[in-house]
Amino acid sequence: MLYRESGQFISDYRADRRLFRLWQERAGFYLLLVFAFAVVPFIANDYWFSAILVPFLVLSLAGLGLNLLTGYAGQLSLGSAAFMAVGAFAAYNFHLRIEGLPFLLSFILGGVAAAGVGILFGLPSLRIKGFYLLVSTLAAQFFVQWVLTSVGWFSNNNASGVITAPPLLIWGRDFSSPAGRYLLTLAVVVALALLARNIVRSELGRHWMAVRDMDTAAAVIGIPILKTKLLAFAISSFFLGVAGALWAFTYLGTVEPHGFDLTRSFQILFIIIIGGMGSILGNFLGAAFIVLLPILLSNLSGTVLAGLIDPGQLENLQKIIFGGLIVFFLIKEPFGLARLWQNFRERSRIWPLRY
Amino acid sequence: MEFFFEVLLGGLLAGVMYSLVAIGFVLIYKASGVFNFAQGSMVLFAALTFVSLLERGIPFWLTFGITMLTMVVLAWAIERFMLRKLVNRPPITLFMATLGLSYMIEGLAQAVWGAQVHGLELGISDEPLELGGMLLSQFDIFAAGVAGVLVIFLSWLFNKTRTGISLRAVADDQLAALAVGIKLQRIWLIVWAVAGFVGLVAGLLWGARLGVQFSLSLVVLKALPVLIIGGFTSIGGAIVGGLIIGASEKLAEVFIGPIIGGGIENWFPYVLALVFLLVRPAGIFGERAIERV
Repeated sequence: MLYRESGQFISDYRADRRLFRLWQERAGFYLLLVFAFAVVPFIANDYWFSAILVPFLVLSLAGLGLNLLTGYAGQLSLGSAAFMAVGAFAAYNFHLRIEGLPFLLSFILGGVAAAGVGILFGLPSLRIKGFYLLVSTLAAQFFVQWVLTSVGWFSNNNASGVITAPPLLIWGRDFSSPAGRYLLTLAVVVALALLARNIVRSELGRHWMAVRDMDTAAAVIGIPILKTKLLAFAISSFFLGVAGALWAFTYLGTVEPHGFDLTRSFQILFIIIIGGMGSILGNFLGAAFIVLLPILLSNLSGTVLAGLIDPGQLENLQKIIFGGLIVFFLIKEPFGLARLWQNFRERSRIWPLRY
Repeated sequence: MEFFFEVLLGGLLAGVMYSLVAIGFVLIYKASGVFNFAQGSMVLFAALTFVSLLERGIPFWLTFGITMLTMVVLAWAIERFMLRKLVNRPPITLFMATLGLSYMIEGLAQAVWGAQVHGLELGISDEPLELGGMLLSQFDIFAAGVAGVLVIFLSWLFNKTRTGISLRAVADDQLAALAVGIKLQRIWLIVWAVAGFVGLVAGLLWGARLGVQFSLSLVVLKALPVLIIGGFTSIGGAIVGGLIIGASEKLAEVFIGPIIGGGIENWFPYVLALVFLLVRPAGIFGERAIERV
């Protein structure tokens, strides 16, 4: 009863191709955008911007990248952080070495560089799959980190391999304030999320899902496996690369290769497991969960359970809870938080009737 | 040339240590088709429990028994609360579940026993032994001996005992094994407990070498290329894979490392494994499955 589709007839192809077919969904989406762009900058404080909202958005984008590869194309990867690192360092170098390159363009070029590396490490996927493919992505993880640390050129010969983001100037406007960083990140993430949403319902996205569900059948009906898999690696790495550039430029400001280690890859994998594989919305839910849970836990232990948990144990507790949640979600709800949201929507359609 | 052989032998012996971890993987993969990422944390958990009990003044063999019992309880809990509920799920899901499991075990181990580094003394001197003009670590030779005994014990278990034969039946075809009345859950419990035992042995040897600390759980990352080269389903393969990785890693570090900058031992095994994959996707001893990719 809260919303329903009755009376909304689709009578032309344009209406049929819309991202959100129901006006309630469209209204909800636009309201969310207005809220995020126009209301949040006025009500949030600096702590919220730089410690919660920006990492949340960047991790959502990274999750989105991995989800395209794992959730849609079915190729498991543990090298996400490596592609983020490539994006970050490439964007930094493009900006540094090409005079007057627009900022956003260096982000995109960073993503393109990551896509190139992604294709390279995706090549073995043509011959191997499953756990064996994990090894290829792990090789990417360790190899990229090693190259970025040991070749000084990438960090402009900084002694400790650290890169520092230049001032965020776009069209003469300074986006370096916390609210500015938030708006910049938000704009990039929204644009890319819409792009992803469109990719997965395009021919390419359908090819990915066909390969994921059964590659032999996909090949039989004439889907080019080679092109499909490599495009999955390329596009996924592009998203991860842009996420890495944002992570370095708008979130941390300074970053070293070590910041993109295996733990980060696991974190991104956890986002899509908890959020939901094969869902665009799920990445945002999962990232929110991953960012907020540690804060919630430390606040809880500071107030309600003060004195019961000693701060040193907090990290262990956090690990146990994360691990437990992963197992719980895989057992109870393999499609993650996104499926819970979908269930809620189904329910609110028929509420208060049972069915 | 002398130096070359010394590096080679040192690498081979170090590779045995990788094999010890890899054997734990192979056991579980064979019996349940689960790629158990938590093996590294089981190594950490076992070693940490062992060393903490030992430091409280409990005699060596009693400590060993208590730790083994703990690993059995852990195996039971994993079977009861995780594996049983994930029957018939795709292997990727099971793999991700073991990722979560490894986080839980790591957190648990450190929450109970603390995060500080413990030294572990097994009573084997680490003095280099001179053998035919080459200096070899006595400890490494001991580790190789332990690995040899372990492999003999495991092959006896798999080939001669009733349990072992049911283990192989389950590995071959779960459904058929169920049909002839093999209790799948019991088999899983046993195999996870045996993997826990292998983890304990590996944990003790690695712990004596590196000190018992968090980084022990990272040996899992070294075992992965070993598995690729040896094949996921062969214990002998795990040993051979470990030897290849150990030797080539050391040789590369000593002879190629200086040319392209040090620290290559982190990624070299993976690149080697990748090359192997392209040539022999099932590893040296793995069962060759006919599969379209």
